[in-house]
Amino acid sequence: MVRTALTLPPARYEYGADEFVFVEIDQAMSLEANFKAMTITSALRARAPEGVVDICPSNASYLIRVDPDRLHPAELVEELRALEDSAAELTSEQVLHTRVVDMPVLYDDPWTRETLMRFRDRHQDPEATDLEYAARINGFSGTGPLIDALSGAPYIVTMLGFVPGLPFCYQMVPRERQIEVPKYVRPRTDTPERSFGFGGAFAVVYPVRGAGGYQLFGMAPAPVFDGTRSLPDFRDRVVFPRPGDIIRYRAVDQGEFDRIRGEVERGTFRYRIRDYAFRPADFLADPDAVTNELLEVLYR
Amino acid sequence: MSELIVHAPGLSTTVQDAGRDGHYDIGMPPSGALDQFSFRAANLLVGNRETAAALEATYIGPQLEFTDARTVAVTGADVAVSRNGEPVPMWQAVRVRAGDVLSFEMISAGARLYIAVGGGIDVPEYLGSRSTYTLTGLGGHEGRRLAEGDRLPLGAAGTPGGGPSEGAAVPEELRPAFPEVTALRTVVGLCSYRLTEAGLRSFLETVWKVTKDADRVGYRLRGGSLEFREREQPFGAGSDPANVVDLGYPVGSIQVPGGDEPIVLLNDAVTGGGYATVGTLISVDRDRIAQTKTGDRVSFEPVDLDQALAARRDRNSRLNRVRRAVLG
Repeated sequence: MVRTALTLPPARYEYGADEFVFVEIDQAMSLEANFKAMTITSALRARAPEGVVDICPSNASYLIRVDPDRLHPAELVEELRALEDSAAELTSEQVLHTRVVDMPVLYDDPWTRETLMRFRDRHQDPEATDLEYAARINGFSGTGPLIDALSGAPYIVTMLGFVPGLPFCYQMVPRERQIEVPKYVRPRTDTPERSFGFGGAFAVVYPVRGAGGYQLFGMAPAPVFDGTRSLPDFRDRVVFPRPGDIIRYRAVDQGEFDRIRGEVERGTFRYRIRDYAFRPADFLADPDAVTNELLEVLYR
Repeated sequence: MSELIVHAPGLSTTVQDAGRDGHYDIGMPPSGALDQFSFRAANLLVGNRETAAALEATYIGPQLEFTDARTVAVTGADVAVSRNGEPVPMWQAVRVRAGDVLSFEMISAGARLYIAVGGGIDVPEYLGSRSTYTLTGLGGHEGRRLAEGDRLPLGAAGTPGGGPSEGAAVPEELRPAFPEVTALRTVVGLCSYRLTEAGLRSFLETVWKVTKDADRVGYRLRGGSLEFREREQPFGAGSDPANVVDLGYPVGSIQVPGGDEPIVLLNDAVTGGGYATVGTLISVDRDRIAQTKTGDRVSFEPVDLDQALAARRDRNSRLNRVRRAVLG
């Protein structure tokens, strides 16, 4: 059996006044930190203690909303500390029952390009596009190889938030192959709905139009948020992504993009989804083998 | 059909209730009345459930016509209220009949007023709440602030067992005060380790001024500058010293993106992001900040969890006293 000790600092427990408990697993992002946050929050969800209002795993930390009239936040922290003690290592027996999802993206699309050109004065490199800038600072020879890297290995949803349905996605590759970009110097006041963006080490799809500070790389034809719940994938939930989902941002051309847009508008679009028993310990032991298997499961 | 006809919408008037709880995990903030004490007191005055949907108006109140006999109450900011041009008191149950028009002068102190109508505002619930979430246009009346000509459905009037009588009032001493400098009790923490000692001192000692960017999403403040500790940024955080690996933001949390303008996130805010948070307003003091407006002054007063919980119990007991006074 594969055992992986999670060599992380002790978590830091903080009160977000009387209604929130914030727990920082680590200051740096890593899959280990996220798996630990996910393990603790899943265990808490299974216990469903009276007075816990929301359980929000968030990258290298997690946030709990509590109703202090029903549960004393200090009691909650005691329970969370006990859960932390039992999450000190990962074994192959720990399984995250999740979904692998194909999310098409038109990289270097005309709409985000128009938007990013309007906000060059807020960018680190006013002379380049966001893709050109990201390619350069990450050591790619051009935007083509960068797009290959972005659309190759899948990502895991490590947090939902900012606005409803926005998935923070961390690519499932070793640290040395992670792409990292800064956020805009000053945030944009506009971002098109369904923009595919990147900031820090996270890829996102913007659920709705609005402000944003992530680098803009492309556009997804299918939504992550559907307030009217009209698409089949949204019947039970107004948002599509879930924490722990494994997503591949597959590069599509304009023709496929338009075809998917048509399906979305007719209300017939469905994501390609496969159920998957993900073992974080196995992944940490051999990332490439597990991602190859993931992609095989997704497209077979 | 009993409706509320909007003759003039005011500056920014929305339908709000106690909030849309339980969806923070998908990134949906609670929305709901910012000043919960005033909102709940207004409902108690008209014989509603404390959490029934009411109107929250910012800076300038609306003009509303009634289409049947109702009880109405106005609470929150100080404002002159009139019924068909004749003054009526705030913080009291007032009877109106079909054709009566309720209007407001400019607010003289505070920032938000609450208008509760017997039977409640009966817009459809969205995910269990009638609150308007303006940032994505959900809930409330068509997901937006009121506009001229809107007609809002009202719930069945009349309270079983008899509601408060006309003239029932919230005692003066229970109503909010609007001091020169509003002290916002704050539990310091979250990522406050990112500030230097001098930065933290400056955060707590500065008297901050509310800027024009102050709404249901958040309040941006000005008046001092905060220093971050130098560090090599951790992986995934981004390069700015104010950046952290994206994390969840508590409602009421305070962040300082550029080091000089703290932002207090409120009920319609984003639920997470990549800026260091340095503390959180106690839940009860969201009532207080809700009654400050552009140009007003505020300060952050450090408290611990026990004090935050005590303040919450105190608000509950004040609401109980309102309940007794109103039903008295």
